[in-house]
Amino acid sequence: MSDTTTTIEQPSAEVSGRPIRLDDVTKRYPGQTKPAVDGITLEIPAGKVVMFVGPSGCGKTTTLKMINRLIEPTNGRIVLGDEDVTQIDGDELRRRIGYVIQAGGLFPHMTVATNIGLVPKMLGWSKERIAARVDELLELVSLDPDTYRDRYPRELSGGQQQRVGVARALAADPPVLLMDEPFGAVDPITRQRLQDELIRIQEEVQKTMVIVTHDFDEAVKLGDWIVVFEEGARIVQYDTPERILAEPANEFVENFIGSGAGLKQLTLRRVRDVDVADAVVVKPGTTGKDALQQAENAGHGHVVVVDDRERPLQWLSRRQLSRIDVIDARLDPALPVVSGAATLNDALDTMLVTSVGAALVTGRRERFEGVIDVETVMEAIRDARANAANSEGAPVGMNSGSIGLTPSLIAAGEAAQAAHAGDEAATATATDDARADHTERGAAG
Amino acid sequence: MWDYISTRLDAIGFSAWQHLSLVVQCLVLAVVIAVVIAALVYRSPALTSVANSVSAIGLTIPAFALVGLMIAPFGFGVTPAVVVVTFFAVLPVLRNAIVGLGGVDPALVESARGIGMGRLRTFLRVELPMAWPVILGGIRVSAQMIMGIAAVAAYVLGPGMGGFIFSGLSRLGGAGATESIVVGVVGVVLLALVLDLLLVGLGRLTTPRGIRV
Ligand SMILES: Nc1ncnc2c1ncn2[C@@H]1O[C@H](COP(=O)(O)OP(=O)(O)OP(=O)(O)O)[C@@H](O)[C@H]1O
Ligand SMILES: [Mg+2]
Repeated sequence: MSDTTTTIEQPSAEVSGRPIRLDDVTKRYPGQTKPAVDGITLEIPAGKVVMFVGPSGCGKTTTLKMINRLIEPTNGRIVLGDEDVTQIDGDELRRRIGYVIQAGGLFPHMTVATNIGLVPKMLGWSKERIAARVDELLELVSLDPDTYRDRYPRELSGGQQQRVGVARALAADPPVLLMDEPFGAVDPITRQRLQDELIRIQEEVQKTMVIVTHDFDEAVKLGDWIVVFEEGARIVQYDTPERILAEPANEFVENFIGSGAGLKQLTLRRVRDVDVADAVVVKPGTTGKDALQQAENAGHGHVVVVDDRERPLQWLSRRQLSRIDVIDARLDPALPVVSGAATLNDALDTMLVTSVGAALVTGRRERFEGVIDVETVMEAIRDARANAANSEGAPVGMNSGSIGLTPSLIAAGEAAQAAHAGDEAATATATDDARADHTERGAAG
Repeated sequence: MWDYISTRLDAIGFSAWQHLSLVVQCLVLAVVIAVVIAALVYRSPALTSVANSVSAIGLTIPAFALVGLMIAPFGFGVTPAVVVVTFFAVLPVLRNAIVGLGGVDPALVESARGIGMGRLRTFLRVELPMAWPVILGGIRVSAQMIMGIAAVAAYVLGPGMGGFIFSGLSRLGGAGATESIVVGVVGVVLLALVLDLLLVGLGRLTTPRGIRV
């Protein structure tokens, strides 16, 4: 992975997720000539968030549901961790994999606590253990246990229902979480809040998550990796959000990204990831003349006034300084400040409202750290594009007999195929069909 | 009239109890049968329409005729009464059970399967409770209907209030004949009201707050 990949920070928490591998998996619905999912081989790394995007009907849901075998694959293997789960009891498998659908899928006739406790109960946990776990999970999804435990789903808002849905999926601490358009049914503001919340939860639990979405921006925001599908669950590109934005594999992906790819990249990087500029720093009580002198010596147009805990108070231009006798300790309410954790997008937003086209960056405890300006942001975008060219460590994702993948993926795919050469014979039919399918498409295009 | 009642209080009470007990037991049996049949057919559109036709046609059979027909295989007594009453009790419950189960949001079923609930568990823990208010509606209709049918069943010497009606009818114009019929009819109506109240209470107790309307 390139060092620009900083979608989700992973501090102290341990990776509790396990990798998933789909091995040449095909799904053919009865009575349909073309398979809905066509010989897909896909590696989903442990503890990462992989987003499935693609046009309607391309097979995202089918692919997702084959992971927990809600839909049984026609052929191919599903491997969870290092266990082949293609043949094991489906119900038993699904108790080990969290599953969240749109609007949470809560059972209206059960309380929040009962809903969350369902899987632990099936697994034979004791009452006390379940009750404790329910409270713990409600805390995790930011719902007060005493208030919400005994409510029924209809007594919750859509966003709260969705949170309970996530809590229920996490109840038995499964290594893997599958979500099918989890935030499709809530309003945009709630959706954004739920996304932020999911990022925070993921930092804590470090599950392997596979999320289907219609919303490319959501994919960029949540995903460590994004799979772009076209019809038949053919992988067009499987890459980091950065690389997909910087180097879409083809026109299809470009169209899918939509306009403003550059701006979207800004949501991927945080202020603390870029180099901020120094500034002349003075304390209140300094005379305007001294401050002006310091600014001139440093060749800067402004000085930053900080309090004794180094928190920024004012940001004064040379002209302002020339009119000031002694700098006071007043806090300028309009001071453009961004935290290091803010995205470059937020930073750009903040600096566009100031006349200087820059903003002050603060770190821990709001200490002043430096100045970020529009040029720095532009530089970061250029950087991201350059860095994104390097895609080492990309997980495997391909379809049998596929063409038109990015070279790195093809190389990786070939390696994977060599590794599973033994399985080739069994899926030869699917492969041939896939080729025929492709030729057709090629001729048509 | 009051004389008639006061001298026969014991007999009336006993018959009323027998009548209610016949109806309630047949109803319980019918609910079990109806839910099992509904569970078997509600997923298949073809079987569902067969079941619906059967229940529609079944309701057009005159109860009296069916009671008569049951004498040949079962003789006189409790058995033919139970068979006929249960048969009619099944029909409305079956229809409502199919509607209720068919109306359960498929997303809930998917959700249940997705968290690892098996077919049977999904049915018992999710589909049946969700369909329960609709099924209960069918049970109430059934209860009202079979109160009257149970009275007809007295023709084959089954237990219950029907005895008063038939004995009154057989000696029409004689002493106490009208009183006998009135006791039978009013008794059945009162029992029906009592049972309906009980069923409303049962509905309260068995419908979770989350899906109560
Ligand atoms: N149960 C089914 N029976 C038959 N065909 C199906 C079934 N489910 C899906 N399909 C078909 O398989 C293809 C892929 O469907 P799928 O639901 O996986 O698409 P999707 O990518 O999730 O689409 P969307 O974004 O609209 O949810 C579609 O062409 C669809 O018509
Ligand atoms: Mg879908």
